[in-house]
Amino acid sequence: MDYFAQQLINGLVLGSIYGLIAIGYTMVYGIVGMINFAHGDIFMIGGFIAMISFLVLVSLGLTAIPLILLIVLLVSMVITALYGWTIERIAYRPLRHSFRLAPMLSAIGMSFVLTNFSQVSQGARVKPVPPIITGGYTLHEGPEGFAVQLSNIQIVVVLATIVLLAVFTWLVSRTRLGRDMRACEQDQTMASLLGVDVDRTISMTFVIGAALAAVAGMMYLLYYGLVDFFMGFVAGIKAFTAAVLGGIGSLPGAMLGGLAIGLIETFWSAYFSVEYKDVAAFSILIVVLIFMPTGLLGRPEVEKV
Amino acid sequence: MSAISARPSHAAQPSGSAFILKKALISAAVALVLFSLMIGVRTEAGPQGGLIYWTRFGDLAALVGTVFGGSIIIELLRQWWGPVDKEHIVPKPVQAAMSFAGRWLAPALLVFAFLVPVIFYNQRYILDLSILVLTYVMLGWGLNVVVGLAGLLDLGYVAFYAVGAYSYALLATNFGLSFWVCLPLAGILAAFWGVLLGFPVLRLRGDYLAIVTLAFGEIIRLVIINWQSLTGGPNGVSGIPRPTLFGIPLDNSDDGLAARLGIDFSPTHRIVFLFYLILAMALLTNWVTIRLRRLPIGRAWEALREDEVACRALGINVTTTKLTAFATGAMFGGFAGAFFATRQGFISPESFTFQESALVLAIVVLGGMGSQLGVALAALTMIGGFELFRGFDQYRMLVFGIAMVLLMIWRPRGLIGHRAPTVFLERNQAISSDLVKEGHG
Repeated sequence: MDYFAQQLINGLVLGSIYGLIAIGYTMVYGIVGMINFAHGDIFMIGGFIAMISFLVLVSLGLTAIPLILLIVLLVSMVITALYGWTIERIAYRPLRHSFRLAPMLSAIGMSFVLTNFSQVSQGARVKPVPPIITGGYTLHEGPEGFAVQLSNIQIVVVLATIVLLAVFTWLVSRTRLGRDMRACEQDQTMASLLGVDVDRTISMTFVIGAALAAVAGMMYLLYYGLVDFFMGFVAGIKAFTAAVLGGIGSLPGAMLGGLAIGLIETFWSAYFSVEYKDVAAFSILIVVLIFMPTGLLGRPEVEKV
Repeated sequence: MSAISARPSHAAQPSGSAFILKKALISAAVALVLFSLMIGVRTEAGPQGGLIYWTRFGDLAALVGTVFGGSIIIELLRQWWGPVDKEHIVPKPVQAAMSFAGRWLAPALLVFAFLVPVIFYNQRYILDLSILVLTYVMLGWGLNVVVGLAGLLDLGYVAFYAVGAYSYALLATNFGLSFWVCLPLAGILAAFWGVLLGFPVLRLRGDYLAIVTLAFGEIIRLVIINWQSLTGGPNGVSGIPRPTLFGIPLDNSDDGLAARLGIDFSPTHRIVFLFYLILAMALLTNWVTIRLRRLPIGRAWEALREDEVACRALGINVTTTKLTAFATGAMFGGFAGAFFATRQGFISPESFTFQESALVLAIVVLGGMGSQLGVALAALTMIGGFELFRGFDQYRMLVFGIAMVLLMIWRPRGLIGHRAPTVFLERNQAISSDLVKEGHG
């Protein structure tokens, strides 16, 4: 039971990170109708920028951990968001009215660009970071000496996810920008006729998605203590699986799917085999798409002829 | 410039030098922020395990300067070229030369391909490179059936390549079966996997299908890595037998081909044999595809690509049509895989990454999705282009990615962007693919 509880905690933390990435996929798919294949790499870039800015801040002599974390968070969100904006501007906007596969292929190309850009600019080796947030609580000491641990970093990850999700839900449901986004999601032509700046709204969607991915990247860095240039690929596919599982286009669905994927992966590693954990995640993607194409909270797609 | 001002709809686009300068400055500012940390600061794991960093502000300045200059040049080019949708009239002589080239390019290439081992007999490097190019031509033609003809975006094509390679490697090393027995088996097994994958994903469309095939390709690779008792895991399979000329080995032994023919043995014989083998296999792929396009099934594929709903309304069985496309494409992938295994003599999961899938897909797309000649030219360009970057391995994929994005923006329809219909009334007329509406296959 203790072992199970521990895995539950680990799974929820991992799931929060996936959920944050999945929101980016689901938003972009909702508005533009394309799979932003480069989104996993945006997450990776976010992790790198967090790592570099952390390193620079520490070497500049800053010692207050909360202040460092706040600055790192802001810097990585801003710069990564600019990456999202630039990519949309360069690689996706010219193709918005092109044929169906063009944006997807352009996105795959962009994903290669980002992966190899960080490999070329920062080297291929894994970058380890010392634990920044340490300490934690022992929740329950089992009779066999197995203790259920809840570390501070896990609390930070989950709290940050909840706060961001709250802010984000408010943004989508209460602000002008959120209304524009929902309008564009339904009908871009009609929205533009009614005075919504469609280009700007789509840009903002990419910016917000990238900023959330940057947070996920930073959380990943804090939680696992390392970044490498290839981590975006697998994390991206898993987060996409999460978005599909939750029902693509649905924001709570993305979070729910992220948690589900995180839990499944953790339990699979804990009880079956670590080697096949990625196979499990990818198989779920296939199974979900076949039997439940609309996901948990998605709306069925109506085909218009 | 006059072309722009002549069109009132484009008159809103400013074109003064102040505008260009402003745009370039914005680009440079964006680049400065983007690259500030990624280029300006280089991190590395230090000797004690901690991270160290040093700054590279010179590189950063150079890169930002390049973006500034590049953006000015691009803007000038854009104004010189005029709006994207403007018709550019090609002079008559150029048109005539183009159509002449179009008619004779394919036969000329074919003749040249047959003569390559004769011309470059002593240049091992060129022979190896042409074998590689032909392997990709074959893979491209195989994937063309799925993507170009049936319009199903397959991002996991490398899975079938891997199935073919491992089928041959394992059958040959474990049971001693010869290449010619294994080749059809590899094709059949790959086709079987194609059906296995195709069956459940038939209901999916477009992007979803792409992601599922991608996941499938990764699953196959991960299983190969982890099923160590069968596949040797990351170490791969080595000692795969070389192909024989219908039982006659191409080696130094007494019953080898050289000894039987009474000529001196040379290792080049085997390379030349491999060259003609892959050429024959590629041409077989091409021939089968061309024939299939004229059969009802091939027509159904192309109809499916254009409009799935209309297909269903016309009574085409969408399920079997998609399945045969998947199976046919996978079979050719399996053949190519078996060839790859026998040529290398060693295979490992590293050869079957997503990058390979993307490369083959890029070849098909660059070739114009459906054009056989285009795919061959694209394979030549791509693999040749890759060879240019032989010295700078780490920049290779970076340039490949940039090229893929630029290609999509510049010519989303590929190099040869028209589709020759297989059925026509009275006269054959090629259709520009800009006019073809893509369905949601």
